[in-house]
Amino acid sequence: MDYTMFPLSECAVTIRFSTEVSEAVNDRVHRVAAFFEQQKKEGILDIVPTFSSVTVYYDPLVIGGYEEMCKWLRTELKRVERIKKTPARTVVIPVCYGGEFGPDLQEVARFHGISEEEVISIHCRGSYRVYMIGFSPGFAYLGGLSPEIATPRRSTPRTHVPAGSVGIAGSQTGIYPLATPGGWQIIGRTPLALFRPHDPEPSLLRAGDIVKFRPITEEEYRMWDDEHNSSNT
Amino acid sequence: MMSTIQVTHSGFFTTVQGKGRYGYQKAGVSVGGAMDSFASRIANLLVGNDADEATLEITMNGPTLRFETDALIAICGGSFRCTLNNKPVSMWKPLFVRKGDVLAIGACQSGYRAYVAFAGGLNVPLVMNSRSTYVQARIGGFHGRALRPGDVLSLRANAITVRESPIRWGIAFSERNYINGKKKIVRVAEGPEYRMFTNQSQERFFSSLYEVTTQSDRMGYRLQGQALERTTNQEMISEAVTFGTIQVPASGQPIVLMADCQTTGGYPRIAQVIAADLPILAQARPGDFIQFQKVSWQEAQRLYVERERQIKKWKTIIQQKWREMDDAR
Repeated sequence: MDYTMFPLSECAVTIRFSTEVSEAVNDRVHRVAAFFEQQKKEGILDIVPTFSSVTVYYDPLVIGGYEEMCKWLRTELKRVERIKKTPARTVVIPVCYGGEFGPDLQEVARFHGISEEEVISIHCRGSYRVYMIGFSPGFAYLGGLSPEIATPRRSTPRTHVPAGSVGIAGSQTGIYPLATPGGWQIIGRTPLALFRPHDPEPSLLRAGDIVKFRPITEEEYRMWDDEHNSSNT
Repeated sequence: MMSTIQVTHSGFFTTVQGKGRYGYQKAGVSVGGAMDSFASRIANLLVGNDADEATLEITMNGPTLRFETDALIAICGGSFRCTLNNKPVSMWKPLFVRKGDVLAIGACQSGYRAYVAFAGGLNVPLVMNSRSTYVQARIGGFHGRALRPGDVLSLRANAITVRESPIRWGIAFSERNYINGKKKIVRVAEGPEYRMFTNQSQERFFSSLYEVTTQSDRMGYRLQGQALERTTNQEMISEAVTFGTIQVPASGQPIVLMADCQTTGGYPRIAQVIAADLPILAQARPGDFIQFQKVSWQEAQRLYVERERQIKKWKTIIQQKWREMDDAR
């Protein structure tokens, strides 16, 4: 397994498996991150998987410093290969498309010269890999948007995009976990909370998950029981 | 009886900050915590708390607090005008406060941030194992937000015996030098993409001054100075970033990521501010100038260990001082 290691800070080392994005590399990233987590090594504070690297945050006073950290990581990386890959979790996200929840659905349809129903059907047909979580709490970088509905960002960003909004920006699709300003084309909204600060696992989505979207009606959206929030796997 | 403190003025931006929120960066949750962890840790040690206990982080202009309980506090950080019942009081030393006293923290004279530690700690819930305020996600600290006039803070444990004689010891001036001056020297180590910058830009980064702009907050400082260029336009793949990471977007103007920064970023990282110098940066205000100075990663690591030892040393000395006071009674 090829990789490079370099310090990000006195308390963090990054292991980079590739300078390109691919499913194979991303698989390896999640496997390595999960394996490191399982070791529960004292002095490791945080393990952050990204597209093609894993960053390990540590306490140098416990670990002993950068060289010692790298030595441990190199030894463990040799063992990872022997661990079987765990199958990816599939998370279904219910989305109420269009109307007040998806003010840009019409624009996305117009841009591609197709109907709104076709946009919804193409969006729901896809399987989206969670390459990584980052940018903001619970925000998933999803890969796999069909080029048939890839749409440039809005020329003027909105000052307020509600939490749960599902959008398209270029060849990306994603869900806003928090209400923020944003320039994505908003096609719908999910009643699920993507960020749950009081749950043991605060992000609904994990890096490595597969996401699927399922259309729901406005009534279903409004009646959505919050208890469903944590049983969506 | 509850030990409470009334917030009559909130100051410019006062939040509860202490230990960072570790273990959740994979969920996109930033670490946060005190911007100047040296000052916040010393403030805690002065009142006998764990160094990482939650404090009030004050920015630019401080709050006015009316104590409805006896308390032992310490204020450390940039130099702010502080009064207790309209009489000036010193920073960087323990201070007994009586029920009914009014502590007013005014404008900042040098530096930019200060920390008020309360013996026993502030009574705010642990969210994801930290009491620090994470404003972007509206969690932690005091209802996930900055203080407002009318807020009521409470203290966790409060068995303070107020002593009559003023405390005649505190932290030496030499330890607070990092606060002063409009021009700050900040040491950095090479960032992962350092070598992707042109030789001229590498040289410029260290030879010229960068001004802290008004677009600077707990998430990051936007700097203004000589533009930095890369040898390639190659797009970056997002990777982890951390407190002190210096990113350079297309404009060529560097951004230093601060305590509440995002967990990942996609801009080239020219350098990383060494942990020991993050407090210097935390005390820089808009209009101040930064001169970056290069050190090796080995040196950065040595300085990190030295700083941690220094804080342990302060802990021992402070405990000794308290014992001497107890013995003298």
